[in-house]
Amino acid sequence: MSAVAEMGGVPGQSAASFRREAWLRRLPLLPAFIFVIIITQIPFALTVYYSFFDWNLLQDNSFKFAGLANYARLVTDESLRIAVWNTVLLTISVIAISVVLGLAVAMLLNSEVFGKGFMRTLMIAPFLIMPTAGALIWKDTLLNPLFGLLPYLLAPFGLGRVDWVNQYPMVSVVGVEVWRWTPFMMLIILAGLQSQNPEVLEAARVDGATALQAFRHITLPLVRPFIELGALLGSLFVVQTFDTIFMLTHGGPGEDTTNIPFLLYLVAFQGFSIGQASAIGVVAVIMTTIIATVALRTLFSIFQVEARR
Amino acid sequence: MSANAMRANPTGGFPASKVLWTVVGWLVVFIFFFPVLWMWLEAFKTEPQAASSPPTIFFVPTLEEFQEVMSGDFPPFFINSATASLGSTFLVLVLGLPAAYALAIRPVKRTQDVLFFFISTRFLPFAASLVPLYLLARDLQLLDNIFALTLIYTTINLPLGVWLLRSFLLEIPHDLFEAARVDGASFFTELVRIVVPLIAPGIAATSLICLIFSWNEFFYAVNFTSSTAATAPVFLVGFISGRGLFYAKLAAAATLASLPVLLAGWIAQKQLIRGLTMGAVK
Repeated sequence: MSAVAEMGGVPGQSAASFRREAWLRRLPLLPAFIFVIIITQIPFALTVYYSFFDWNLLQDNSFKFAGLANYARLVTDESLRIAVWNTVLLTISVIAISVVLGLAVAMLLNSEVFGKGFMRTLMIAPFLIMPTAGALIWKDTLLNPLFGLLPYLLAPFGLGRVDWVNQYPMVSVVGVEVWRWTPFMMLIILAGLQSQNPEVLEAARVDGATALQAFRHITLPLVRPFIELGALLGSLFVVQTFDTIFMLTHGGPGEDTTNIPFLLYLVAFQGFSIGQASAIGVVAVIMTTIIATVALRTLFSIFQVEARR
Repeated sequence: MSANAMRANPTGGFPASKVLWTVVGWLVVFIFFFPVLWMWLEAFKTEPQAASSPPTIFFVPTLEEFQEVMSGDFPPFFINSATASLGSTFLVLVLGLPAAYALAIRPVKRTQDVLFFFISTRFLPFAASLVPLYLLARDLQLLDNIFALTLIYTTINLPLGVWLLRSFLLEIPHDLFEAARVDGASFFTELVRIVVPLIAPGIAATSLICLIFSWNEFFYAVNFTSSTAATAPVFLVGFISGRGLFYAKLAAAATLASLPVLLAGWIAQKQLIRGLTMGAVK
């Protein structure tokens, strides 16, 4: 709460009116502030607290101080290592592929094509579809080796009998997530492209620049902040992927697609190990904080550039 | 000029390359849109048609499965989704508007710190507070309670709401508020009579984003609800072990569950971009 407590008013006022003014200023902030603290900060403190205890909900009186045992178990436990690796692999591949595809589609939609508006409308549909619904449609009607459309279409290429979800689980999860996040990247990058002055490109062309040169030296620097923004925001969401994995692979086969959120779900709601789940929670917070700090800095700098205009 | 140059130069060129890029563009868009289209097609099939090998391409559409879904147990899930989404969106506006107003119009010391604090809570993983919230809900008999889920969604969306609303408020000329204050308008009058009408588009964008995130939310829904308060995504879990028997019904349910957000997003595309980037991209 220190951030609120230290807010002041305008200098050069008497102490009483100064304090009154300060309170008036911070009053509208308070309801939202208190609400957020109660539902996020206090539980987080409890998570840290629980992480030092051995506690299984299915066993009576099992609440025992365990010191760093939960963390020690995480270090030696292979599950967490696999989950961290899967989280990193999933996040990096989804963001990298969807940024590249998103940039390509955004450039297509920014060029002189017929029906741009309608194309963009159709293009954002995958992002708006309920993720659980999208994952099930992919799994049962598109990728299913018996009844799915994709094995049927790929049969002439010798891929007709591939059971994508079971044989290539991570590829399937990445594929569905890329399908979902490419439209997100496209929307943001397209907004960047549309802020470009076409005359600059025209001038570059007149000056003899090739298409590649124009792209590298004019278009790319212009949309770079938009790409960074999309990639950072996107990674904050993709790092928490749960619905697609739950529906598509349920973390399997084995632990092949178990990421940190799914591992937490397994430990907390299938194993009911509260202490262990809390320790995973703390590790997840540390990991996300690293990404979020970078992301928010970038966001904030873009924000300030926008505000100054 | 080569076709490649056309891509980097949208202002001129031969109709031939325009046709080429139009074809390429539509092909790409079609591939991305196809799963959605396929979902719709499957929804209008009968079960045997949906689970046939090879897949049925030509068929006489039927509303059978939609009727099946709507007359079955789906509507309560849909209503729960609507309650949680609309309820949390309303709460975000009620709590977020004064906060955003305080941060934008009457800036205080450390405004940036407060902003940062708010937005950081949006990206605190649910892992951070999940277990204590679950235990609290359990002890208060609030598991499987739509009100508890609404409060959680409010928390998820509030930071985003404050940021977005603030970004819209910053665009209002400061003189307007000064004038109102000189006339003796109270804080509340100022907020309702001047601020709300001026940032109507901002309120629309904020509501849209809140609706999308809470409507599609799955993690808390599946862990905190089971039957009475379960939402539309939880209904779909019932299809997870599908053995080729309920594809058409699944597609019909998926279509209906996705419809509100799809329509809202399509109608408000401009607000969508701004909302998704938390106001950074206009």
